[in-house]
Amino acid sequence: MLASPHVSNAAYLTHFSAEQSCLNIERFSLAYAGKIALRELTLSVPRHRVTAFIGPSGCGKSTLLRAINRLHDLNENATHSGRITIEGEDIYADNMQVSELRRRIGMVFQTPNPFPMSIYENVAFGLRLQKRMSKRKRDDIIEWALTSAALWDEVKDRLHKSAWQLSGGQQQRLVIARTLAVQPDILLLDEPASALDPISTLKVEELIRNLKSQLTLILVTHNMQQAARVSDYTAFLHGGELIEYGPTDQVFTNPHLQRTEDYITGRMT
Amino acid sequence: MSRLWPWLCAASVALSLLMLAALLTLLLTRGLGHFWPATLESVTLDSGEIIAGEAVREAPLPHRDGEERLYFTGNRDLDSHRWRWVAIDRIAERSTPRALVRLERSPWGDFIGYLSAFESGSDHLEGDAAWHALTTALAHTTFERSNATLVLQSATGETLRQPLNEIYRAHRPNAMAWWEKIRYWFQGVWQFLSEGPRAANTGGGVWPAIFGTVLMVMVMSVIVMPFGVLAAIYLNEIAHQGRLTRLVRIGVRNLAGVPSIVYGVFGLGVFVYGIGSSLDAWFFSDSLPSPTFGTGGLLWASLTLALLTLPVVIVATEEGLARIPDAQREGAVALGATRLEMLTRVVLPMAAPAMLTAMILAVARAAGEVAPLMLVGVAKLAPQMPVDGEFPYLHVERKFMHLGYHLFDTAYHGEDMQAALPLVYATALLLVVIVLVLNLTAILLRHYLRHQRGQSC
Repeated sequence: MLASPHVSNAAYLTHFSAEQSCLNIERFSLAYAGKIALRELTLSVPRHRVTAFIGPSGCGKSTLLRAINRLHDLNENATHSGRITIEGEDIYADNMQVSELRRRIGMVFQTPNPFPMSIYENVAFGLRLQKRMSKRKRDDIIEWALTSAALWDEVKDRLHKSAWQLSGGQQQRLVIARTLAVQPDILLLDEPASALDPISTLKVEELIRNLKSQLTLILVTHNMQQAARVSDYTAFLHGGELIEYGPTDQVFTNPHLQRTEDYITGRMT
Repeated sequence: MSRLWPWLCAASVALSLLMLAALLTLLLTRGLGHFWPATLESVTLDSGEIIAGEAVREAPLPHRDGEERLYFTGNRDLDSHRWRWVAIDRIAERSTPRALVRLERSPWGDFIGYLSAFESGSDHLEGDAAWHALTTALAHTTFERSNATLVLQSATGETLRQPLNEIYRAHRPNAMAWWEKIRYWFQGVWQFLSEGPRAANTGGGVWPAIFGTVLMVMVMSVIVMPFGVLAAIYLNEIAHQGRLTRLVRIGVRNLAGVPSIVYGVFGLGVFVYGIGSSLDAWFFSDSLPSPTFGTGGLLWASLTLALLTLPVVIVATEEGLARIPDAQREGAVALGATRLEMLTRVVLPMAAPAMLTAMILAVARAAGEVAPLMLVGVAKLAPQMPVDGEFPYLHVERKFMHLGYHLFDTAYHGEDMQAALPLVYATALLLVVIVLVLNLTAILLRHYLRHQRGQSC
């Protein structure tokens, strides 16, 4: 079931082989205006699994997620070193098209951010950026994406109504559908449920579990229970460094390090 | 004190509203009252002299007790003055004869008196028949009635032969029923809006000025909006947010406070004398020394006002751009949009209401601006409209008329201040209404855009 990881240089840092992993982070560091946010991170993310990044606020988990999507490009003060590769390709390579990369690595943010257009147009947004396709094909993809995001039944009768009229939970699933429509290899989720009510949260969590048959997911969350419920692997970050990384069951029930246990049990924040 | 301050705030609001209401009431009553067919009086003084005219207002006598009344008597061709102050205690008798006629004509202004006869070729009509012939003839064009003549008699008994083609309108207010007066009022308002000025802007309509104002504002918007929006995008979306950008931003904001006449001087020096003269030398040398672009005109006026309103547009648009959450930008970028696609597909549509707000502010500022226009292209009386059937249809080098300047000119440069005053009020009212209509259009458009997207605010 789970890929059997082989233990690398440290017992508490799981490593995956090239065939198992989809995304490889090698000695990656990032600084904002000289202030170091990520320090020498090395981490591989297994394909078709949900990997959770946990850690206290400011530990760098969101920064790492944004680095995978090259969102720091928008910030000219950010500098980095090391490599991040997706299926062996360096995402920071000169010949890497950023827009193409971001299509391959979708991202969902903390607060739902549907565009001020209709539900249909929101999902079609990414498709319209690509090569022209027939309306029929586009309609099919939109239906598929909304179905994958467990939203189709709720919105199929009002596809052309404004997306801003949906509830928060529906908006977040719409944003996921919008991302799925461009068929990414990896989906990054930055605290996707933190702004949602409990029922919407459960729906989004269920959606995340179902989606891993289609793609690789990386989840950043503050919510320990959520990480335990949803993820297959968990990476614990602290102070911009990777502290412990392993199968979720093991990290939560039998962590190697005292610091991990302290954080998970709430003794360290 | 803590009890008092809400009242102070409320009082300030009340005072502002009161002033606004007073302004609008003044403009409405004075401006629109001008077109109402006022009752004409025939006044016999105790000296036996008879005058006929419209009572305008009363004032205390300067040298003794009592009041005097101002009458508009017209007939400038007969007695050279159109106004007459009459001490009230000198009036022996006042009446309102139904036969008193008021003719609007050019030259010489209004005639007030009696219609004796209507002569056309061999026809000679008198009494009511003459009046009927006159009203029928006025429905035709000036050309068709060029051979008819009116025999008129003033209240003092002088006789006058008046060619019919110099007459615009005629009415007998004392003989009119209220619905006829209302119809006459609407006709007057319509003629004011649709006709050109006459008698050196003291009479007639303001259509060329309305047209010039609206056209100038439109040309200005077409110029200023792209520039302003692009500049705002650069400042907010592209430029490195450092000290230099902050400095530029402060500079732009302060440009909005530069007195408008300064922009006029700039327009005159750079656009008219600089660029305009060069254009003339290169492309219109055949018609020199009479200038084509080397003199004030619609284009230079629009450019000058575009410059004047540019800071307003930049600031308002930038505020709109700054209000768009970064999550929207990141959402677009995360779907594989390039920076340009993010701007054109997400940011600019979301900023459209702010851009309309910017346009509203620019239009409101530009439509009311007079001082710079006097330097760069507005005319007291433009011989040609800036748009006509002649290629290339829009003549941006022509001088044009403008309501604000027309107002100024009517109020101060006319030969008869008293006669022009109601027109000044009417023109001022019109200017307010035009700015209101332009703004309302933009506000409705903005509301529509927001509603379409389901935005609540």
